[in-house]
Amino acid sequence: MSKEIVKFGKSPVFFDSFTRRPGPVKTNMHYCPGCGHGILHKLLAEAIADRGIQEKVMLVAPVGCAVMAYYYFNCGCISVPHGRAPAVGTGIARVAPDKMVISYQGDGDLAAIGFNEFIQAANRGEKMSVFFVNNSNYGMTGGQMAPTTLPGQKTTTTPYGRNVEVDGYPMKVCELLNSLDVPVYIERCALTSTANIQKARKSIGKALDNLRDRKGFSFVELLCACPINLRKSAADMNKFIDEEMTKYYPLGCFRDRSAESESKPLPPPPIHDPETVRSLLYPKKLDIGVAHTFRNESKLFDRELRLKMAGFGGQGILSLGIMLANMAKLRNFNVSWLPSYGPEQRGGSANCSVIVSRNKIGSPIIDSSCDLLIAISQTALDKFKDEVVPGSVLIYDSSTMTLPPLPEGVIICGVNASEIALKLGNAKCANSVLLGALAAVLKKNNILEGGDKADFDKVFNEAVFESFSSKPEVIELNRLAFVEGEKAVNA
Amino acid sequence: MEYNNRVLLVGNEAAVYGALLAGCDSYFGYPITPASEVAQEAALLFPRLKRVFIQAESEIGAINMVIGASAMGKRAMTASSGLGISLKQEGVSYLAMYELPAVIADITRSGPGLGNIGPEQSDYFQLTKGGGHGGYHCPVFAPDSAQEMCDMTYAAFDIAEKYRTPVYIMADGVIGQIMETVTLPEPRPPRKDSPWSIAGKREDDGTPNYFTTLYLEHSELEQIRLRLEAKYKEIEKNEQRSVAYKLDDAELVLCAFGVSARVALRAVDVLRSQGVKAGLLRPQTVWPFPKDALRGTLKTAKAFLSVEMNCGQMIDDVKLAIDCSRPVHLVSRCSGNIPSVAEIVARAQEVMKEVTK
Ligand SMILES: Cc1ncc(C[n+]2csc(CCOP(=O)(O)OP(=O)(O)O)c2C)c(N)n1
Ligand code: SF4
Repeated sequence: MSKEIVKFGKSPVFFDSFTRRPGPVKTNMHYCPGCGHGILHKLLAEAIADRGIQEKVMLVAPVGCAVMAYYYFNCGCISVPHGRAPAVGTGIARVAPDKMVISYQGDGDLAAIGFNEFIQAANRGEKMSVFFVNNSNYGMTGGQMAPTTLPGQKTTTTPYGRNVEVDGYPMKVCELLNSLDVPVYIERCALTSTANIQKARKSIGKALDNLRDRKGFSFVELLCACPINLRKSAADMNKFIDEEMTKYYPLGCFRDRSAESESKPLPPPPIHDPETVRSLLYPKKLDIGVAHTFRNESKLFDRELRLKMAGFGGQGILSLGIMLANMAKLRNFNVSWLPSYGPEQRGGSANCSVIVSRNKIGSPIIDSSCDLLIAISQTALDKFKDEVVPGSVLIYDSSTMTLPPLPEGVIICGVNASEIALKLGNAKCANSVLLGALAAVLKKNNILEGGDKADFDKVFNEAVFESFSSKPEVIELNRLAFVEGEKAVNA
Repeated sequence: MEYNNRVLLVGNEAAVYGALLAGCDSYFGYPITPASEVAQEAALLFPRLKRVFIQAESEIGAINMVIGASAMGKRAMTASSGLGISLKQEGVSYLAMYELPAVIADITRSGPGLGNIGPEQSDYFQLTKGGGHGGYHCPVFAPDSAQEMCDMTYAAFDIAEKYRTPVYIMADGVIGQIMETVTLPEPRPPRKDSPWSIAGKREDDGTPNYFTTLYLEHSELEQIRLRLEAKYKEIEKNEQRSVAYKLDDAELVLCAFGVSARVALRAVDVLRSQGVKAGLLRPQTVWPFPKDALRGTLKTAKAFLSVEMNCGQMIDDVKLAIDCSRPVHLVSRCSGNIPSVAEIVARAQEVMKEVTK
C-alpha cells in the first residue's frame, strides 16, 4: 500500500509536534495510510500558510474522522456537533466578521445529518469556505452507507450493495448547491493523481482567496480515499474514485463568480457605549405624567383593581387594555396586562386582564370577581358575566348587545360605542368612546373622588399622546371620541 | 437627554431588553408560540445597536450559532419553547462540556408533542435535570413577572460567564405574554472578549485556543467530569435564590414558581384570613433548587404543598430537599389551565385537616 507522504512541519500551520494528540505518537496524524483527510489537511495547511491568514482562520471541525483536526492545525479551532459546522461557523462569522471561517466536513456530516445547516448557511451567503470530503462512506463509524455511496456499493449497512429502490441515489452536493443564487464558487476535485491534486490545490486556494477577500460562500468537494473501509489498495482506491465515483460525481467547476464578486465591507462594530445604548433603547422622557410622589386620592386605589376587557378578535379589545394599563402607569401604579393568546385571537374571542396596584401585583389572572368588565360582544358578556359582582362596573356596547340577568348592585352602563365611532368617521376610535363612558360612570357614582375626576380625563389625554405622539390627527380623533363617550352617558 | 427607564413591556420583550442591557452581542432565533416575541423584539432591537440577529433554519441551527458566537468570546442568546428546546439539547450538552457560556430562554407551553400553546411548567424536568445527554446541569432561573424576565436575563449573562455554563430562563407562557411595568437596568459598560475565545492563545503553551468535547482517554475524561461536578457543587452552594412570603411561622409551606407562585401568594393570604398559618417559598432558581431555604422552614412546617402547572415535577425536589421528613402534597393543573386561588385553598385546607388530625 503506497502512502501519501505528508510533510509534517513544512507548513507552519501544522504544529511541529502533535502534543494535543493523546498517547505516545506525537509525530503522525491519526488517519489511516492513504486517507484523503491526510492529503486535504496538508493542502489546506499549505494554502493557509501561503496566504498568511493563519491568525485569522477559525477552523470548524466536524464529527467524523476529522474530528481531531485541532491536534494538527495551529489556528483557532472548534470541534462541533455532528453536521452543525456551518451553523457554528455562522455564529463565528457573524460576531467576528474580521475572522475567516473554514468548515471542514465529511459526507455523512454534511450531506446527511447536517444538510440543512449546510444548505441554509450557503443560501444566506455566509462568508465561509466549506471543504467537503466525499469518501462514499461513513469513515469513523466503520464504513456504513453515506448519502454519497454509489449504487450497488457494499458498505457495512448495505451488505447487499446500495439498493437505489430502498436507499435512493447518490447525492450530488455540488449540483444541488448550484441551484442557489448566492454561492460564489463551487468546484469538485479528486485527491487521486498528481494532476488532480494540483487542481485541488488551486481550488482550495481560490476558496481561501474568496474567504480572505470577503466575497461570500465558497465550496470545494473532494473525492477522497478511505482505503480501510473500502478495503482497497491505494491503486485500486484511486481507480475506484477516478473511474466509478466520477461517473456520478463529474469533476470540474460548477460556478466561479470569484472575479466578478465584490468584497463585502465589514459590518459596523456593535454599539456597547452605555450612553448610546441608553439613547437607542430607553424611551425619551415626554413632558407628561406626574411626580413620583403623586398619589391619586380616591379610596378606590387603595386596593388592587382587577379589570377585564372582552370582545372578539379584531375589535381592538387588547389595545383598550393596553391603553388603561398605560394610564395607570402614568399615575405611578404597577400594572399587569395579560391577553388570552394564540389562535383564539384570530377571529375568535379575545380578552385581556389588567391589574392595577400600588404594590407588587399578585396574580395577574382574573378567575373570580372583577372590578370592571368592558364587554363588547354578546359571547364575551355571557362568558364573563359571573365575574361581575355587586360593586363591579359593567360597560357594554348597547347598540349590539342585550343584558343577561345580573346581581343587584352592579353599576351598569350601556353605550353605543361602535355607532358613535362610525359617526366620527373611524370605527377604531370605539375604544376611546368606551373610556369616555367609563370616565362618566366613575365620576357620576363618585367612585373617582375630588381631583381624580378631572385627572382621569387628563391621564387619558396623556396616554393617547404617548401612544400616538407622531400622529396628531389620531390624537385629536381619540380625544373627540372620549368626549363623545362621556357625553352619551351623561345625556 | 433625559430618558424614561420605567416602561410597559411584555415579558418576552423584557427578556430582550435584559439581554441587550447586559451587553448581549448576538441573538439566534426560530419562531414558536409563545416565545416568538423574543425573536421579534430581538429582530427589532439588536440591529438598532448594530448587534447580530439571525433567524436560524431551526432550533438546532440557532443553538449551534450560539456555540459559534460564544466560542468567539461574545455574549449569545437564543429562545424557544418546549419542543424547540428539545431540539437544542444536543447543542446545550456540547456547551456544558465545552464550558461555554450562553443564555437560553424557554417560554414553556403545554404537554408532550405539540400539546398546545397554553402556559405550562412542564419543562421542569427537562431543564433542571440536564436535558440533553451525558449528565450535566445548567442554572435555571424562574421569573414570575416581566420585571424578573428582564432582571434575570440580565443576571444570567454574568452567571453564565462566571461559571462558564449555559444558563436557562424558564418562564411559563403567562410570564412570556404578560405586559407589566418594568424598570430597565443600566446598560453594562463594554466588556473585553473572553480570554478563552478561539481567537485567543492558551496560557500554558501559547498555541491557539480550541474547544472540543472529545476525550478519548478514560482517565482524562473522568478528570474533566469531576471538575464539572465540582463546579456544579459550587453553583449549588452559591446560587440558590428564592423569595420567602410569610414563612416565619408557617405550618403549611407552599412551594411554587412562575405564574403559579403569584396565584399561590394570594392563596396564602386567603388561608391566613381563614386561620391557617400558610407561607410561600418561591424558587427564583429551580436549579440549583433552593434547598437551604426550604429546609429552613422545617422549624415550623407540618406539611408542604407543591403548586405546579404540570402533573407534578418540582414536588420531587421538594421531597428531596426535606428528606421526605414531612408530608408533601400537590396542587397541579396542566395543559394551559392555571390553578385557581380557590383550588389551592381547598387543597390546603384538606392537607391541614389531615396533619392536625
Ligand atoms: C448525533 C450523532 N449521530 C451519530 C454520530 C456517530 N458518528 C460519528 S462519525 C459519524 C459519521 C461520519 O462520517 P463522515 O461524515 O462521512 O466522515 P468520515 O468519518 O468519513 O470522514 C457518525 C454517524 C454522532 N457522533 N453524533
Ligand atoms: S477510516 Fe477512512 S476516512 Fe477515516 S481515517 Fe481511515 S481512511 Fe480516513
